[in-house]
Amino acid sequence: MDSVTSSAKIELRKTPLNALHRKLGAKMVNFGGWDMPVEYPSSGGLMAEHKAVRGGVGVFDVSHMGDIRIHTDKTPGGALAAVQHISMNDASKLVIGQAHYSAMLYPQGTFVDDVIVHRLGEDDFLLVINAGTREKDIQWVRQNTANHDCVVEDLSDAYTQLAIQGPRAAEVLQKLTDVDLSTIKNYWFSHGTVCGLPNRLIARTGYTGEDGFEIYVPGDTATSEAVWNAMIEAGREFGIIPCGLGARNTLRLESRMCLYEHEISDSINVWEAGLDRYCKMEKTDFVGRTGLARASSAGLKRTLVGLEMVERGIARDSYRVFDSAGEEIGVVTSGSPSPTLCKNIALAYVPPVHAAVGTFLYVEVRSQRIKAQVVATPFYKRAKKTAPQAVGTT
Amino acid sequence: MAYPANLRYTKEHEWVNVEGGFATIGITDYAQSELGDVVFVELPKVGAKLETGKSFGNVESVKAVSEIYAPAAGEVTAVNTELANKPELLNSDPHGAGWLIKVKLANAAELSGLMDGPAYEAYIAEKGKEASA
Repeated sequence: MDSVTSSAKIELRKTPLNALHRKLGAKMVNFGGWDMPVEYPSSGGLMAEHKAVRGGVGVFDVSHMGDIRIHTDKTPGGALAAVQHISMNDASKLVIGQAHYSAMLYPQGTFVDDVIVHRLGEDDFLLVINAGTREKDIQWVRQNTANHDCVVEDLSDAYTQLAIQGPRAAEVLQKLTDVDLSTIKNYWFSHGTVCGLPNRLIARTGYTGEDGFEIYVPGDTATSEAVWNAMIEAGREFGIIPCGLGARNTLRLESRMCLYEHEISDSINVWEAGLDRYCKMEKTDFVGRTGLARASSAGLKRTLVGLEMVERGIARDSYRVFDSAGEEIGVVTSGSPSPTLCKNIALAYVPPVHAAVGTFLYVEVRSQRIKAQVVATPFYKRAKKTAPQAVGTT
Repeated sequence: MAYPANLRYTKEHEWVNVEGGFATIGITDYAQSELGDVVFVELPKVGAKLETGKSFGNVESVKAVSEIYAPAAGEVTAVNTELANKPELLNSDPHGAGWLIKVKLANAAELSGLMDGPAYEAYIAEKGKEASA
């Protein structure tokens, strides 16, 4: 056995719920410089946590995520113009109370980070960014909005962010808020009282491929723990359990959601990652647009595909991919057993000529080439039934 | 879980049960709990030669791959084939039904330096303290 590494000795950052995770006996890991729970043996571990989210409800501490607010009350349109300039999706299409997936790009069209953009007001936006890229992102946003009339605020440490995910998530959260959650559509949000705390942001978003909410509460330990404990109490009748980053990763992988430094990075562009539908080339200019136009005419050299292992073996991040002639053609970006499908799945970059569904490829697992097959993604898609029509969401 | 008195333990979290010139090898309860849900076990074939300190197989959980090291040299005489279909035995009964391989030892004296149960418990308690420091 390798010594399985727990938290390293270096000074790691902690969320306001760190002590609570440790008290619950969570296994902690260094995730992008943060001391985070990877799984809770007291919940039954990763597999049980994953299944709770697919079949019931689970709660995640995602306070390591960063939050950037871009706003202005002086120059009408100033904040919108800034967001349009730094983000590839079209924020002008967002209604107040609506959010969308987008990304911030380098001039060549590769990723600074992916981001959820929330329109809080006419000229008021909240960008939720990744933990490991926080400082880089904030610096990049400040630099690239310097010529716009807007205020850029780093609110990352102001909030504790909890994700309540799963088909029973709405029922749990409804017990703790005065907002009628059935009026919040997927990728919309509202403000309301949560656990007695007024004016809290409640967004119907997540990173699991399941229905669910993300809530933002004041980032002090006492409040954070009180909300967490209230969530566990309210969810008891629905079998809620704390879930860690391990389950978060397998859930997002099954749903083919990208993870920074895996499917997207500063050397992978939007077309390769297959995120075309979140990139609006027709809108006003944005950072990365020219590079993407150039990449588009140069043609696609590699593309992200889903793989399912045909032979026994688990593909892992950075394992090499070969074609049936034995040529090395690509690399696995994320790979894992899929707890929902009971198959071993992976995402990998390969040349488009090898990307057709049904193509047999080989993944090198400890010097053995294990047969895999290109499959359609997402690997898992939840049955459509929720997402009620919005009624007066502002 | 108790660490049985008849077993000896390595710093890499394998256990060894020596009977005559033969040894049964597995991974400890601590090891399985650190790994989490075991989903795949890769073991050598009967007849394979093990070298002291060299990896002879892998245990994979959902999130990680861990190599297993030979505590002594020898030849594999039996492999726990049940693990192919029931890798979760490593989680539920690591010191019993979750055994990995049996080996004919080249030199049983190689194992004399391993820890007994209480020494191993003290060793992992120390590791736990480091992790939460």
